[in-house]
Amino acid sequence: MSQLVYLVPLFPLLGFLLNGLLRKQLPKSVTSVIGSGVILASFIVSIILFFDVRAGHAGSVELFDFISFAKVHIPFAFQVDQLSVIFLLIITGVGFLIHLYSAAYMHEENSDHFARYFAYLNLFVFSMLLLVLGANYVIMFIGWEGVGLCSYLLIGYWFKNNNYNKAANKAFIMNRIGDLGFLLAMFWLLTKTGSLTYTDVFSNTSLLTPTDITGITILFFIAATGKSAQIPLYTWLPDAMAGPTPVSALIHAATMVTAGIYLIARSNVLFSLAAYTQDIIAIIGLATALVAASIALKQNDIKKVLAYSTVSQLGYMFLALGVGAYSAAVFHVMTHAFFKALLFLGSGSVIHAMSGEQDIRQMGGLSKKLKITYFTFLIGCLAIAGFPLFSGFFSKDAILAAAFEHNTLLYIGGLIGAIMTAFYMFRLLFITFNGQFRGTEDQRHHLHESPAAMTIPLIVLAVLSFAGGFIGIPEVFMHGGDKLSAFLSPIIPVHATTLSHSTEIMLMAIAAGSVIVTILFAWFRYKNYQPKETTGIGKFLENKWYVDEIYDAAIVRPVSWLGKFLERVVERSGIDWLVNLTGKSVQYGSRQLRLFQSGQVGNYVLLMIVGMVILFALQFFFKK
Amino acid sequence: MPINYYIFVAIALFCIGVIGVLTRRNAIIIFMCVELMLNAANLLLVAFSKMHHATGAAQNANAGIEGQLFVFFIMVVAAAEVSVGLAIIVMLYRNTHSVDVNFLNRLKH
Repeated sequence: MSQLVYLVPLFPLLGFLLNGLLRKQLPKSVTSVIGSGVILASFIVSIILFFDVRAGHAGSVELFDFISFAKVHIPFAFQVDQLSVIFLLIITGVGFLIHLYSAAYMHEENSDHFARYFAYLNLFVFSMLLLVLGANYVIMFIGWEGVGLCSYLLIGYWFKNNNYNKAANKAFIMNRIGDLGFLLAMFWLLTKTGSLTYTDVFSNTSLLTPTDITGITILFFIAATGKSAQIPLYTWLPDAMAGPTPVSALIHAATMVTAGIYLIARSNVLFSLAAYTQDIIAIIGLATALVAASIALKQNDIKKVLAYSTVSQLGYMFLALGVGAYSAAVFHVMTHAFFKALLFLGSGSVIHAMSGEQDIRQMGGLSKKLKITYFTFLIGCLAIAGFPLFSGFFSKDAILAAAFEHNTLLYIGGLIGAIMTAFYMFRLLFITFNGQFRGTEDQRHHLHESPAAMTIPLIVLAVLSFAGGFIGIPEVFMHGGDKLSAFLSPIIPVHATTLSHSTEIMLMAIAAGSVIVTILFAWFRYKNYQPKETTGIGKFLENKWYVDEIYDAAIVRPVSWLGKFLERVVERSGIDWLVNLTGKSVQYGSRQLRLFQSGQVGNYVLLMIVGMVILFALQFFFKK
Repeated sequence: MPINYYIFVAIALFCIGVIGVLTRRNAIIIFMCVELMLNAANLLLVAFSKMHHATGAAQNANAGIEGQLFVFFIMVVAAAEVSVGLAIIVMLYRNTHSVDVNFLNRLKH
């Protein structure tokens, strides 16, 4: 049955080709049916594969020889196992809902651009599927580059706005920095182990010295920081909100940014051998979680808050990877995909209702008009904040427990991050949906609930955001409740906890209690919000720690200065000068030589004779 | 007879030819001067051939025949050249009613 696996990426590829090539002919309705339908087809195949794998038929399927030279053999093969099917379900499942939502959200575009949009989305899903399905690092890298390209295309979808193009460039360049790490790690692995296929590499780790492992894992981690937006390469993700909102949901919440997590979870055998790298990952993850959460506290753009919360949640996942709780990270990837897609789509619904307004200071009181959006958004907030019984509670708790076990400081940092998360999410919720409406009269008249194609995905995701956590109930509450870890155990060894049950319950109580208190605090503070100027530390946070400005001054400006220098000095007055000189001297010379052609036969003969005399003279004076 | 005499005569003929070509404007005279130069070369070929094989001639009557054969080649080529050249001059005269080569400066274009 797992022979069907090639169908999973094939459908989105077909969708991309159809929509991309026929974009001028197809009407919008056909485009959206093709675009969403292919993802639904992939989702159905993924479900079949999931049950197949659960029945114990994991393995890899080789399609054809991809690269073969000397002793290196890299097949084009797909890996169908517990880890990849989980990601397949997330990508195609959440991806399908987002495609459905897009069909309604983008209805104002003309059919040409509408088809272009769906073509990009399908290509994106195709790349992401290649990334998780590849049975070796090369196939993963193809997908890895593919999602980088598609994110560039989708962020710059409204290419007439130059700022959006700049955001797209930023995302692409930041990703490229990470990609370099990936490439180097692949070459290093290939030199040492002679193979890039997962099973070969992981069974030959004895060929690697500790230095090799540390170097390779750090390079892979650099790749992951680019794709998964960690310090120091995270600044592209908030800017990536320039794309249409469903794109933000698909790329920057549910799928693309989880590629880094997938890479590390997939390579957990290597990472478990590199204690030094793991420490770095845990520290960077925690730092990212805290920095991004602190920035999110003071953002006023609804999508920017969500973007920083994505960065922060990714930091949590890296924290989990760093402390060796790989399955907890995958669990959080999954729950995060549900509630973050929900929140982004919910914000899309709000922006839609507000006729494109994204500033939450201009909103307020929307809960009366947008009931479905409000309730689903509330569920998303509860889930991300880690309110008891919601999905985020279980996954975040698994991460915090693993962090506590590793180091108390990491736990305290994680807890502070969780409190900040609860605060900024409920600040966003209350400012947007409660209090008085603060927008213009036009916007007030235009306020309306979104069409069913947009609300149905919201409802489905809300159900998943609530119930998604029940596949990973901690051992304390239910014996054998952590089904996800058990399912993943062939790929990721089960993380045996050493914590006593009472400690674990206490940790949960602390987390839950502080989250509830924070939500109440946010309620009292923001239920009747009035915009006012921020000062001091708030200003610092509102300006995102001035990281963009620092990067601009430290890297962007010196590089562009160097570029200008090279252009003016080396290019214009060096190379151009030389090239022009050659041309000019040839021109001058020929203008002079032209005069010889007088048309007078006598002149020609004279010159001929003079030439002959010179030749004879030379012969005479210089013989031997 | 010393070879020098032949060389002097040949040089004199050649120089007359060159100067004629350079200074005269009448195409037919230029043509004749070209013939002079060719014949200067012919004279040298015959003279050198004879000198080079002076000893060999005693045993073999055919020695040094190659140099003299070349002269015939040159004569054939010269005859062919004259026939083409005279045809050009005839056409030139028909078109311009003159055989002055300076009228031919339109070759420039």
